Amino acid sequence: MDSFIFSNLKGDAMMRLSKSFRLSATAAVVCFLPAAKAQADQLQVVASFSILKDMVEQVAGEAATVTSLVGPDGDMHFFTPSPADARTVKSADLLVVNGLEFEGWIDRLIDASGFEGTMVVASDGIDVLVNEEDDHEDHDDHAEHEHGEFDPHAWQSLSRAAVYVDNITAALSEAHPEAIASFSANAAAYRAQIMALDAALKADFATIDEHCTTVVTSHDAFTYFGADYGVTFVAPAGLSTASEASAGDVAAIIKQIRDGGVSAAFVENITDNRLIDQIASETNLSMGGALYSGALSEADGPAATYLDMMAHNGSQLLTALRAADAAGLCADDHD
Amino acid sequence: MIDLFIQPFLDFEFMRRALFGCVVIAIGASPIGVFLMLRRMSLTGDAMAHAILPGAAVGYLVGGLSLPAMTFGGVIAGFVVAFLSGLIARTTVLKEDASLATFYIMSLALGVLIISIRGDNVDLIHILFGTVLALNDGALLLLCGVTSVTILALSLLFRLILMESVDSQFLSSVSLWGAAAHYAFLALVVLNLVAGFHALGSLMVIGVMLLPAASARFWARSVGSLILIAFLIGVGASVLGLLASFHFSLPSGPAIILTAGLFHIVSLVIGREGGWIPSYFRTSKVMR
Repeated sequence: MDSFIFSNLKGDAMMRLSKSFRLSATAAVVCFLPAAKAQADQLQVVASFSILKDMVEQVAGEAATVTSLVGPDGDMHFFTPSPADARTVKSADLLVVNGLEFEGWIDRLIDASGFEGTMVVASDGIDVLVNEEDDHEDHDDHAEHEHGEFDPHAWQSLSRAAVYVDNITAALSEAHPEAIASFSANAAAYRAQIMALDAALKADFATIDEHCTTVVTSHDAFTYFGADYGVTFVAPAGLSTASEASAGDVAAIIKQIRDGGVSAAFVENITDNRLIDQIASETNLSMGGALYSGALSEADGPAATYLDMMAHNGSQLLTALRAADAAGLCADDHD
Repeated sequence: MIDLFIQPFLDFEFMRRALFGCVVIAIGASPIGVFLMLRRMSLTGDAMAHAILPGAAVGYLVGGLSLPAMTFGGVIAGFVVAFLSGLIARTTVLKEDASLATFYIMSLALGVLIISIRGDNVDLIHILFGTVLALNDGALLLLCGVTSVTILALSLLFRLILMESVDSQFLSSVSLWGAAAHYAFLALVVLNLVAGFHALGSLMVIGVMLLPAASARFWARSVGSLILIAFLIGVGASVLGLLASFHFSLPSGPAIILTAGLFHIVSLVIGREGGWIPSYFRTSKVMR
């Protein structure tokens, strides 16, 4: 019932919001129906955000009903759990979170909700990158999003996402042993897709001139992606929505772009992009379209699933970097 | 000197846009701020700023991140609150400050409610209210438009608003225009707030409206010189604040407001008209 109210409210808001009113309304109904008939045999899983929800669904198939606390295009940085979220969590058998302090509120939510199921930390056992870019979180005035010393955006690395899938599969199998066979079959297929996309992207990015691999984004969420594929993401402090920008930072990034060190600017689906638009127009930098960092798009968008999202981000970047290379915009051409 | 003070504006378009936006805001906001102060309505301005929120939020829900939709919504919400609180002050026992407080609290709560129902956790406060560093053409046009309307309306209604500020009971006893002047003035307050909020961020416009006006009070007596000095202080604070934000990497909105605050503290201490130090010497002379 909770999920009905929740999704229905969301549906209402979206009716007024988006042209895809029908799709949203359908989505609300779809969310509701499985929840209603779920009950006994289906596993109730709550994921903290849309990307984890997609991963769980890929592995669980029909065997579980998955709800995410933060929906598509929602910004985890500004999420504060509501009583409805607490009820959603309480009714869950399995709670899947990213970990690495991405969900700073999760302990309080678990305490408050009286959740008695199992919590799965999807990022368990991955190779964690240390948060070098302290800049971006230091300015963060929202206590919910104190990322601490590790960069939590590890799903931006496909090879690490494979570990996510393993963790999710193990937890699902333990919670619902009857369906172990189907879980491992799904997981194996999904893992293969992930690794195939990873290999394809690695091959594509290897063809890019190494001087042509720096881009500007609005929020420092792509360190893992950058580490995997040799792309440098510059996200000046204050360009995330979490803090107010300073003229000095904006000037620094504009200087860097003018010096020829940057190939393209990208906006993100979850942030306010006016500042980055302004920077791009001031420097004649080409805007490379929207990247998806911490949330999937709506079902009709370009990043409806995790794999779509990674493929979309990859192709957006490749297109922009190749264009910059062809136009002679890269650092080496200036020397 | 040139490197420190001029070069940033020559080098970067966003700095020029920010400066232009601040100057335009200061032109419209200084007289408004002075009248707010003279009418002891400084806090009214602050309250109105909150009353705008639900309108802007509804505008965002309907039209997305669109300047016209959010501006329109904000202006309507501001007008409704201003009109209702004025109406109640004039027709019931409740005074204007109390009725404004009741309406702005309701309006604010409604705004928070709407934002929460939206529920996808995009930070609306940040989205609704821009930053001075990202002024695009639309935002600048909006600022210019609102400032033009403000100047035009003030030049037409100057005497009326002035008289209403000085002695509103006298005005309403000799003319029917008292209420009209009052509402026209409140409408100008709302317009300036909405434009400034949307273009410059939540801190900016209230600060640029009130701080220079309050500082000017320490330097001048006539309304004309109050407005002129408030404008100069507003522009000075904008320039120095932007430069501080540029050279020391400080967030731009707070930097500008705090610079205006510094101007205010200096005026408070050394201001000719009743600043601490001048009044001290004046009193000691009298004592002797």
